[in-house]
Amino acid sequence: MNAAVALLQAKFPEEVVEVTEFRGDTTVTVKPERLKDICLLLRDDPETSFRYLSMIAGMDYSPESPRFGVVYNLYSHRYKNRITLKALLKDDRTPTVDSVTEVWSTANWHEREAYDLLGIRFKGHPDLRRLLMPSDWVGHPLRKDYPLKGK
Amino acid sequence: MTSTATMPRTETMMLNLGPQHPSTHGVLRVLLELDGELIVKADPDIGYLHRGIEKMCEYRTYHKCMPLMNRLDYLAGEVNNFGFCLAVEKLLGVEVPKRAQYIRVMLAELTRIASHLFWLGTHGHDLGAMTPLFYAFREREKIMDLCEMVSGGRLFPLYFRIGGLAADLPKGFIEAAWDFVKTFDEKWKDYDTLLTKNEIWIERTKGVGVMTPEEALDWGWSGPMARGSGVDWDLRRDNPYSSYEDFEFVVPLGKNGDTYDRYLVRMQEMLQSNRIVRQALENLPDGPVKVDDPKVSLPPKERVYTDIAALINHFLIIQDGIRPPKGEVYQAIEAPKGEMGFYVVSDGSPHPFRLKIRGPSFVVLAALDKLSRGRLLSDIIALIGTMDIVLADVDR
Repeated sequence: MNAAVALLQAKFPEEVVEVTEFRGDTTVTVKPERLKDICLLLRDDPETSFRYLSMIAGMDYSPESPRFGVVYNLYSHRYKNRITLKALLKDDRTPTVDSVTEVWSTANWHEREAYDLLGIRFKGHPDLRRLLMPSDWVGHPLRKDYPLKGK
Repeated sequence: MTSTATMPRTETMMLNLGPQHPSTHGVLRVLLELDGELIVKADPDIGYLHRGIEKMCEYRTYHKCMPLMNRLDYLAGEVNNFGFCLAVEKLLGVEVPKRAQYIRVMLAELTRIASHLFWLGTHGHDLGAMTPLFYAFREREKIMDLCEMVSGGRLFPLYFRIGGLAADLPKGFIEAAWDFVKTFDEKWKDYDTLLTKNEIWIERTKGVGVMTPEEALDWGWSGPMARGSGVDWDLRRDNPYSSYEDFEFVVPLGKNGDTYDRYLVRMQEMLQSNRIVRQALENLPDGPVKVDDPKVSLPPKERVYTDIAALINHFLIIQDGIRPPKGEVYQAIEAPKGEMGFYVVSDGSPHPFRLKIRGPSFVVLAALDKLSRGRLLSDIIALIGTMDIVLADVDR
């Protein structure tokens, strides 16, 4: 994990916003603009080798602003460690971030779920449509302003 | 005058493998585009069992989330709460006593065997082998009886608690567990003789759904799905949790990454799980089963009825809920279906701010399109079976 932090701070010094360590987990918050390049580096560099994407979680930090974020959890089989990558998205009305389906194929469905439940758009996603909710559903249920009982 | 010979116009056919289908193991809908009997495209349409568990958990205290977690992978009852309790304990920074850790491992491995037995019976049934179902369910009933003994629930045992277990093992559990452990290896041979060298089984599973190790990791496969392709990875061994480092077991691997290899991997995993349960029973330490922290565990019932401080403590934990510190953790465990992960974000209140569940079945199902292109229609049933999906885990 520390190798990844050192690598990111060396190669993308402007993009790293914050590094936190809590209960043994390392979380690196980065700016969302060059997220795809950061992911490619973490996957391909032999010091980190994060070839496995565990999950992508869409986040709604209401009432804070920036409101939306994406959290990636990466695992390296070579070094048997994990890292959490977080990016807070600028636009509170139409949150957009680059898709990482070209980096890890498994991102396809995770991003579709984040779009479906939170309304985060992923630029460059091959097939961005609803996954869990019916295709004609209006609204994004996991948002904090969406009522529990539905509409 | 020349006559232009016209080629017959061909077009693909859309077939709906509807949400109600005996072989889709739940409410899975797959939109198939077929060229005759060959699959051109398979588009899974999920969400029929989406209950909004992640949203519901944001409105409940951590203890009240546990019944919802139970209903994720309902065929491996204890494993879901194993992961959730470990995640919350990580957030709280508490370590569960050794006896509770061993009992948790024992129950997790027993439910792993139960999950694999169910998979064996239904996967065989889908491909036409109806007999293994009855043999597999015979052993699964014994595991259900063990689960019922500890908690009263067969499919949804709610025995684990944040901070340990609900109570110590009931009388008679150890003897019943030993009885299971001693007889399982012999009974396992029944399923093995029925399927492993069966010509029809081999025809229907060899070469179906091949994933190379790199592709498996790229598509986020884990557990027996990745190990069938030869990826030597098991979270119990590589990132041990809950005293798994005390146990000796082998991680079975496949070679070709096809359905037959995944069958062999899961069969061997059942034997290895039995081995772990045997070691847990042999070396079960004495001691408490709950962490001794009044902000986390409920006090013992006798004290609640006699001591006012314990009564207030009990009331506060149940009414108000535990308050983990502000922070976020990700805890992954080796569930029978793969890596099950819980990303818990706490804002210091009794309710989780966000609980993201990484279900292994969700991730595995995404590769259905890739695996089924160019194959026959009957192979898609073999693929859905080998993926060992539980729709409750896919849809949450």
